[in-house]
Amino acid sequence: MGYLFGAYAVFWLVTFLLVFSIERRQRELEKEVEALRKKQEPLMEV
Amino acid sequence: MSFRWTTFLILLSALAIIGGLYMAFLFAPTEATMGDVQRIFYFHVPSAWVGFFAFFVTFIASIAYLWKGDLKWDRLAISSVEIGVAFMTMAIITGSIWARPVWNTWWTWDPRLTLSAVVWLIYIAYIMLRAAVENPARRARFAAVFGIAGFASVPLDFFAIRWWRTIHPVIFESKGFHLSPRMLMTMLFCLAAFTLLYFVLLIQRLRLENLRAEVERIKSRRK
Repeated sequence: MGYLFGAYAVFWLVTFLLVFSIERRQRELEKEVEALRKKQEPLMEV
Repeated sequence: MSFRWTTFLILLSALAIIGGLYMAFLFAPTEATMGDVQRIFYFHVPSAWVGFFAFFVTFIASIAYLWKGDLKWDRLAISSVEIGVAFMTMAIITGSIWARPVWNTWWTWDPRLTLSAVVWLIYIAYIMLRAAVENPARRARFAAVFGIAGFASVPLDFFAIRWWRTIHPVIFESKGFHLSPRMLMTMLFCLAAFTLLYFVLLIQRLRLENLRAEVERIKSRRK
């Protein structure tokens, strides 16, 4: 039974790692887009 | 894709995976020789299937990029590779965990196992190659060529258990399935659930890649 639960734990672990990694990178990029847009606003006004 | 559709797909894939767990643990009968450890198959085989399918999507997207020159195909290619590598990692580790009680070893240099490791390494190299090239068009071109050439390893890995003498079990054959009806139903259900999960993850990963492209576009406009 230990092997069985170990194998299923691997599935959940890898899936969660992938989802969290996508989420984290997405949040970082959203922040970067926001910062770039703010920097660009004064240029647009000129 | 709209937020409502994405949420619906996420919920559906979560329900499908829970359904898959129910079928793998409670619906499918216990295998006579291997016992409960055989239930690993219901997540191991779909993991490998999603890995192969993801690399096939990359292969098609790479051809489309070289043909059309549109970077959206390159974004699809890398998104699919990342998911494929994650699922191949699952397939290799869960296979190794299954092998320990059944073959009495964690790993053996069997053609299927060796080729799976080769496929995994090829796509890790694909990701590393992309990280090494800065120019987006150049990166996309190199990656597309690699994505097409690297895919040659996938059918080799898939057919390894049919072409060579191997100790790896063959479940699906042209003659039929080596599973009882309830086991087959569970396997097919898990294959469908994993495929759905692949598409849900692909949508999320693609969204990230589109955002990255937007950042690159804004940065290049500022220069």
